[in-house]
Amino acid sequence: MPKLTIDGIEIEVEPGTSILQACEQLGIEIPRFCYHERLSVPANCRMCLVEMERAPKPVASCAMPCGDGMVVKTNSETVLKARKGVMEFLLINHPLDCPICDQGGECDLQDQAMAYGFDRGRYLENKRAVQDKYMGPVIKTIMTRCIHCTRCVRFINEVAGVPDVGAVYRGEHMEITTFVEKAIGSELSGNLADVCPVGALTHKPYAFTARPWELRKTETIDVLDAVGSNIRVDSRGAEVMRVLPRVNDDINEEWLSDKSRYAYDGLKRQRLDRPYVRKNGKLVAVSWADAFAAIADKVKGVAGNRVAAISGDLADVEAQFALKELMGRLGSTNLDCRQDGARFDTSVRAGYLFNSGIAGIEKADVILLVGTNPRWEGTLVNARIRKRYLAGQVKIALIGEQKDLTYPYAHIGTGPETLQQLTDGSHPFSETLRNAKNPLMIVGMGAFQRADGLAVQAAARITGEVYGMFRDDWSGFNVLHTAAGRVGGIETGFLPGPGGRDLHGILDGASKGEIDVVYLLGADEIDTAKLGKAFVVYQGHHGDAGAHRADVILPGAAYTEKNAVYVNTEGRPQLARLAAFPPGEAREDWKILRALSEALGATLPFDTQTQLRQRLIAANPIFAAVGQMTPATWSPFGAQGPVDSAPFVSPITNFYMTDPISRASVTMANCVEALVGPAQERTGTHG
Amino acid sequence: MSAPASDHGHEPTSFAFTQENLELAKRIIAKYPEGKQASACMPLLDVAQRQNGGWLPRVAMDAVADLLGMPRIRVYEVATFYTMYNKNPVGKHHIQVCTTTPCWLRGSDDIVHACKKKLGVGLGETTADGQFTLGEVECSGACVNAPVVQIGDDYYEDVAPEHIDGLIEAIKRGEKPKAGSQIGRQSSEPLGGPTTLAAFTTQADD
Amino acid sequence: MLRDEDRIFTNLYGFQDFGLEAARKRGDWDNTAAILQNGREWIIDNVKESGLRGRGGAGFSTGMKWSFMPKNVTDKPVYLVINADEGEPGTCKDRDILRHDPHKLIEGCLIAGFAIGASACYIYIRGEFYNESSNVQRAIDEAYAAGLIGKNACGTGYSYDVFIHRGAGAYICGEETALIESIEGKKGQPRNKPPFPAQAGLYSCPTTVNNVESIAVVPTILRRGAGWFAGLGRPKNTGTKLFCISGHVNKPCNVEEEMGIPLKELIERHAGGVRGGWDNLLAIIPGGSSVPVLTKEICDTVLMDFDSLRDVRSGLGTAAVIVMDKSTDIVKAIARLSSFYAHESCGQCTPCREGTGWMSRVMQRMVTGNARMEEIDLLLQVTKQVEGHTICALGDAAAWPIQGLFRHFRPEVERRIQAYRNAAPLAAE
Repeated sequence: MPKLTIDGIEIEVEPGTSILQACEQLGIEIPRFCYHERLSVPANCRMCLVEMERAPKPVASCAMPCGDGMVVKTNSETVLKARKGVMEFLLINHPLDCPICDQGGECDLQDQAMAYGFDRGRYLENKRAVQDKYMGPVIKTIMTRCIHCTRCVRFINEVAGVPDVGAVYRGEHMEITTFVEKAIGSELSGNLADVCPVGALTHKPYAFTARPWELRKTETIDVLDAVGSNIRVDSRGAEVMRVLPRVNDDINEEWLSDKSRYAYDGLKRQRLDRPYVRKNGKLVAVSWADAFAAIADKVKGVAGNRVAAISGDLADVEAQFALKELMGRLGSTNLDCRQDGARFDTSVRAGYLFNSGIAGIEKADVILLVGTNPRWEGTLVNARIRKRYLAGQVKIALIGEQKDLTYPYAHIGTGPETLQQLTDGSHPFSETLRNAKNPLMIVGMGAFQRADGLAVQAAARITGEVYGMFRDDWSGFNVLHTAAGRVGGIETGFLPGPGGRDLHGILDGASKGEIDVVYLLGADEIDTAKLGKAFVVYQGHHGDAGAHRADVILPGAAYTEKNAVYVNTEGRPQLARLAAFPPGEAREDWKILRALSEALGATLPFDTQTQLRQRLIAANPIFAAVGQMTPATWSPFGAQGPVDSAPFVSPITNFYMTDPISRASVTMANCVEALVGPAQERTGTHG
Repeated sequence: MSAPASDHGHEPTSFAFTQENLELAKRIIAKYPEGKQASACMPLLDVAQRQNGGWLPRVAMDAVADLLGMPRIRVYEVATFYTMYNKNPVGKHHIQVCTTTPCWLRGSDDIVHACKKKLGVGLGETTADGQFTLGEVECSGACVNAPVVQIGDDYYEDVAPEHIDGLIEAIKRGEKPKAGSQIGRQSSEPLGGPTTLAAFTTQADD
Repeated sequence: MLRDEDRIFTNLYGFQDFGLEAARKRGDWDNTAAILQNGREWIIDNVKESGLRGRGGAGFSTGMKWSFMPKNVTDKPVYLVINADEGEPGTCKDRDILRHDPHKLIEGCLIAGFAIGASACYIYIRGEFYNESSNVQRAIDEAYAAGLIGKNACGTGYSYDVFIHRGAGAYICGEETALIESIEGKKGQPRNKPPFPAQAGLYSCPTTVNNVESIAVVPTILRRGAGWFAGLGRPKNTGTKLFCISGHVNKPCNVEEEMGIPLKELIERHAGGVRGGWDNLLAIIPGGSSVPVLTKEICDTVLMDFDSLRDVRSGLGTAAVIVMDKSTDIVKAIARLSSFYAHESCGQCTPCREGTGWMSRVMQRMVTGNARMEEIDLLLQVTKQVEGHTICALGDAAAWPIQGLFRHFRPEVERRIQAYRNAAPLAAE
C-alpha cells in the first residue's frame, strides 16, 4: 500500500491507484478531458498535469501510478501555469460557438475554461476547420469542436467492441472518423456523445431542441428491455426531450443502449389519448364511463373461465397485480404474462432469474450462452460480458445462432442436445466447464420459446448442476429476459392459476370460441388473428397491434408517465417515476383497473398506490426490497423430457423495434434503415 | 486535410494481391510472433502500394486489413499517419525534394524551382501524361549530401538545379540515372577525398 | 585528431564492399563466440566501463540501460530493437553504417541481444532508406548463412533472430515507444511511461531500444577493451563519434572523430572549413535540429561532447552539425524547422499538436517581420507552454530551436518587425 503526500495531506492508497484517483479520494479536483474512469488511459490531453517532487517536468496524474513517498502538488504555480497553457491550446482551434452548441451548459471544456481559460485569445492565425463526419442516425458531428481526447475511439473499441471509429492523419490534421463515413454499427453508439467532453459528438435527435437548464430531470428506469438500466428522463412540459443513463454499477454502469436512449420520440406518436369503443366495426371515441359500461355489458354473465388476460412487455407490476386481482374476482385463472409464448417453470425463482446478477458476470471464468443473442436481447448484459472478456482469462461458448457478439466465443452447438452432451461429458467443451471455478450460463428466450421449453429448462438446469452453477457461494445459472414487464408479472403471479390457461391455451380457446373476453394489458406481440370472435379490451398507451384488434380501448400511461415498479431480469424491483403526465385522458394503469373494477362490481381493495403496494409486498416480500436482488434459493425446476433437436432461434429479429414505443419512433426507424437494412416488406403506405 | 474518403475520382472498386505478393505477405507475416500479425500491416501496405502503381486505394487498405484480421479503421489510421503511403494516385516517377533546413541551406528552393519549371507542375501535382509527380518531403536523412532529391527508391544527392534537366530527360528516355552524388563524391566523404582512413579507400586485400 | 587505427567505422564511405567477406577482413565477426562466452554480466560491465553513451541523442549510458532489463525472464520473450529511424534534420550517420558497415551493426545486435537475454532483434529502418535496408537484409542473410546468427549463433548454442522492420515516413518513430508502436503495426504515437520498455516494450515484453551507432560500436569496444574506448575523449564523454557536418561548409561530410573535438577543428579539418572562412560563420546547430543554435562566439571554442554543449545551453544530440554562414536567413532556417516539427507531430498530446502549428505559423510571419513586437514574448511563452508538457520530447524539440533563436538573434527579428512596420504601417496593425 503506497503512502504519498498530496498537497501536504498524507494518503495511503491501493497499489495501482493513479495520482488522479488518489486526488479524487481526497476530494481534490483534477481537471481532465481524455481520462475516463471506464476507459483506457492515453494521457494525451495533458490537462491533469501535477507537480511531483524529483520529476523534472509535470506528470500526467491520470497515468502516473502512486508510489511510496511521492510528494505531489496539485495547486502550485507550475501546475496552474501548465493547465492554463493546455487550456489555451485546446481553445485556439476550438470554434467557441457555445451559443449554438448543444453541449453548451454541460460542456467540460466550457466549465474548465472558466477555471483555466484566458479572458481573450492570443492566437491570431486562422482557426482550423474540420469537415463533419457521418456517424449514423443518432450521432451528430461538428468535428471542428473536437479536442482529440480520443474518448470516443476508446469507447467504441473497448466498451462497444465495434472498432468503427478511429483517429486518422496526424498532428494538427488528426481527425476522428468512422471508417469510410459509415454508420457506427453498435447498439451503444449514443454513449459516444456522452463520453465526448465537448460538442463534437452530440445526440442527433436532441439537436437544437433544448438547453439543459430548462429541462426537468427525473431519475427513473428504462423498460425497453429487461435489463432495467437506470436512466434520467429530461422533460420540458409534457414532452420528453431526452433520455440519459444514470450510473448504476450493478446494472448498466454508466452506459445505455441506443433503443433505450433514443426511442423516446415514439412516446409522442400513435398515442392512445382517450377511450374508444368499437361500434359497427369502427372505433369511436367515448368517455371513460361509456368505455367501462361497454366492458361491463359484455362481461356481465360471462363465466369466469371464459375470460382471460394477457399482459405485455411494458406492463408494470402494479397494473399486472391489479389486473390479476380483478381477474380473480371475475373468477378467471386464465392469465399469462408471457405474451411471447415462452414456456418455462415459474415455480422456482432460481429457474427464471439472472441469479448471478449482471455484475456477477465479471466473476465468471467460463460463460455459456444458450439460445440467446445478448447483444440484442440485453445490450448492457452483453457489454458486461465484453468487459469480462477484456479482463482476460475467460472462455465463452455459445449454443444457438451464431452472431457477432463483439467478443470471440466458441460456437459449440445449435440446439438442446448440446446441453445434454455437456451434461454427460461427451462434448469437448465439458472439460472447460469442469475446470471452471465460476461457470456461468445465460439462457435466453430462444431456448424457452418453443414447445419443449420446459424440458430445455430442465436440461439447462441439470447442466448447471453438473458443473457447479448452483453453489452456496456461486449462482451461475441465469435467464436473460427480453421484456421489462415479464419478471414483475411472474413475481405478482400473473400466470395461469389452478385450471387456468396459459397464453397458448387462451389463444387456442379464443379462436375456438371457448374464451369470450380477452383483456390485453399492453400485449401487442401476440398473434391477434387467433383472438377469434372474443371481445377484446386493450389497455395500453400506443395504437399498436393490440389496439387495432380491440373492441374497447382504455388509454394507459407509458413508463415515463407513471410511478410504477418494474422487476428486471435479475429479479431486482426498481421504481419508474413520472416525468411527464400521460397525454389527454390517458391515466396511470393501476388507476384504470381500480376504476374499472368498480364499474364491474368487483371493486379492488385499494384506493391509493401505497395501499396497493402494501398488498403487493404482503403477497411477495421481494417488492419490499426496491433496488435489491433477493437471492433465489435453488430447488429442481423445469420438466425433464424429450427435447426437439431444432436449433435455438433468437427471439429478436430487429433490435431497434421490439415494442410499441420503439415501433412508433422515427429515430428507431432511421436506425433500422441504416443498420438493420431496409424493411423487407413494404406496404402501400411507404412512399 | 480533407475528408478521409478519397475524392479524387480514381478510387478502384477492388484490389487483390497477386499470387506472388500473397507469398511475399506470408513471408513478411512470419517475421513476427504468432498472433502479432498486425505488425505486418506497414510492410503489407508497402507491398500493396508497389503493386498498385505507387499509391494506396482504400480497397487495398481493406485487403491488408482483411488479410491480417485487423479492423479496417486501424489500417486506415496507419495508412494516413505515415507519409510514404500515397492516398492519391502518383505518377510513374515520384520525385520528392527534401526542403528541410540542411537541404534548404544548400539550395533546395532552387531545386524545387528547377523541378517545377522542368515538369510544368507544382508541388503535389502530377504531369498530364501521368509520368511524374513532384513532391516536397521533410528531412530525407542525407544532409551532408544536400540537396537531396528522392526519385522512386533512390536518392540523388549533391544535386544542383542544372542537374534536374538531365535527370528528368534521362528518366523520360527510360534510363535510370546513376543514383547518389551527382558531383562525383563517394557517398558522404568530403569532396575531393576523405581526410581519414586513406588505407580503406581501396577494396580490402587479404 | 583521432588516429585511423582508433576509428571504428573503417568503411564509413563505402569504398569497400559491405558484405561479410570484406567485413571480416575489416575485423568484424572475429571470434564473436569468445565475446559471448564471457557472459552477460561481463559484456554489460565492459560496456558500462567504456563510458559509452547512447548515440541517438539522449546520451544515456548504454550499459546502464541494458542493466535495467529484468533478469531471468522465462515467461515471455525479450527483445532488442534497433532504432534506425534516422530522421533528425542534419543527421545521416546511421545511414552510412546501414549501407556500408551493416555487419558491425548485426554483430552488435547479437552481442547486445545476448547481454540482455533477447531472443530476437528488430531493426527499425526508416522507410525512405530502401537501398540501405536492402544492404542490411543482405548482410543479415549472409550472417544467417554463415551461422553467425539464427539457431546456435556463432556456435554458442544461443538462438537469436534478426529482422528488419521498415518505417513509412514518420519522424516521431525515432522516439523509442513510438517506434515500438510502429513495429506493432500501429500509428507511431509515443507511449506513456511508466511502464518503461524494459518492463513492457514490444508486444508488452521486456525490450531495449538502442540507436544504430550505439550498437555498432559495441563489438569493437569489447575487442579492444573498455579502457581503450574510455581513454578517448573526455571523462563521461568517451570514445569516438560519428559527426555529420552539413550546411555552409566547403566540404560537407560524415566523419568519425574523437569525442570532445573542438567544433572549429572538426569543421576545418574535415569539412573544408566554413564557406567564406571561419569569420563568415553566423551560427551552428551542433546536434541536429532539436538542439538550440549557437553563435559564432560560442562555436569558436566549444568542444563537441555531451557535457560541453549542455554547458552552453545546447546539446550534442545526434552530433549533426548544421553550419550557417552569414548569408543565412537565420529566422527562416529556424522557421523551416518549426514547420518540420508541426508536420511531424503525432497529434496525440494537446500542447504539441496545437502548439507546433501555432509556433510554426508565427515563425513564418517572423521571417518577413509581419508580426507585432509583443508576439516575440508571446511566442516564447508558447514554447514554454509546450516544453515539458507532452508525453515525448518532440514538444521540447520543437520549442528549443525557437528559444535558441531568440536567445541569440532576437535583435534580428525585432529589426525585421520594425522594418515591416515601417514599410507598411497599416498592414502591420
